[in-house]
Amino acid sequence: MTPGEPGAIRVTVRLFASYAEAAGRDALALSLAPGATAADALAAVRREPWAARVPPSPAVAVNRRYAAGDVALADGDEVAIIPPVAGG
Amino acid sequence: MSPWLTDQPIDVGQLLADVASAGAGGTVAFLGTVRRSVEDGDVEAIEYSAYDAMAEDELGRIVAEARERWPGVRIALRHRVGLVALGEASVAIVTAAPHRADAYAASRYLIEETKRRAPIWKKERFASGQARWVDGQRGGG
Repeated sequence: MTPGEPGAIRVTVRLFASYAEAAGRDALALSLAPGATAADALAAVRREPWAARVPPSPAVAVNRRYAAGDVALADGDEVAIIPPVAGG
Repeated sequence: MSPWLTDQPIDVGQLLADVASAGAGGTVAFLGTVRRSVEDGDVEAIEYSAYDAMAEDELGRIVAEARERWPGVRIALRHRVGLVALGEASVAIVTAAPHRADAYAASRYLIEETKRRAPIWKKERFASGQARWVDGQRGGG
């Protein structure tokens, strides 16, 4: 589905730490087919040239909560690819 | 920033005061401090960054879980963001309970879950001016 196509859902993908640095920005906008999941958003992000550094199964959050890949997305959702965490 | 993240040095005395009560028989204060290890070389500070909104939510969920598992435990927790110098606390957790076993157990749960789940990253800053992201663990919910 191309951006702007009727029925497309638009989500914001937020990038942090080493991912944001590699991408040169801290967010990107995606337009996905209706019924798209968190895994679909991740697959779209993987097409970015910098995304080779993203591991095979990164943690993903949807609307500020860790989410499994099969979580369905809705228009306006905030998705985040969470780099390996190092708090504490 | 509130309530769990702060860009200011952590006032442990304030956290102790926050959990003080007449019913507290045991109080545990845990500090995680920025250290220099042999392999790190001349690290002079660590810069913490976070997905602020999610970190606040996730830390809130962790604290709520601890309160549920150890009813009666009073909890104060702060995590730094921004530049933290060697020797300064990057995280502080204070737990107070009628008996020490619960205070220790809740404290351990809080720090382990924070390290495992809080969307927080750190970058080592070297005296040479170079910087390096610190490898972490896969975040989990």
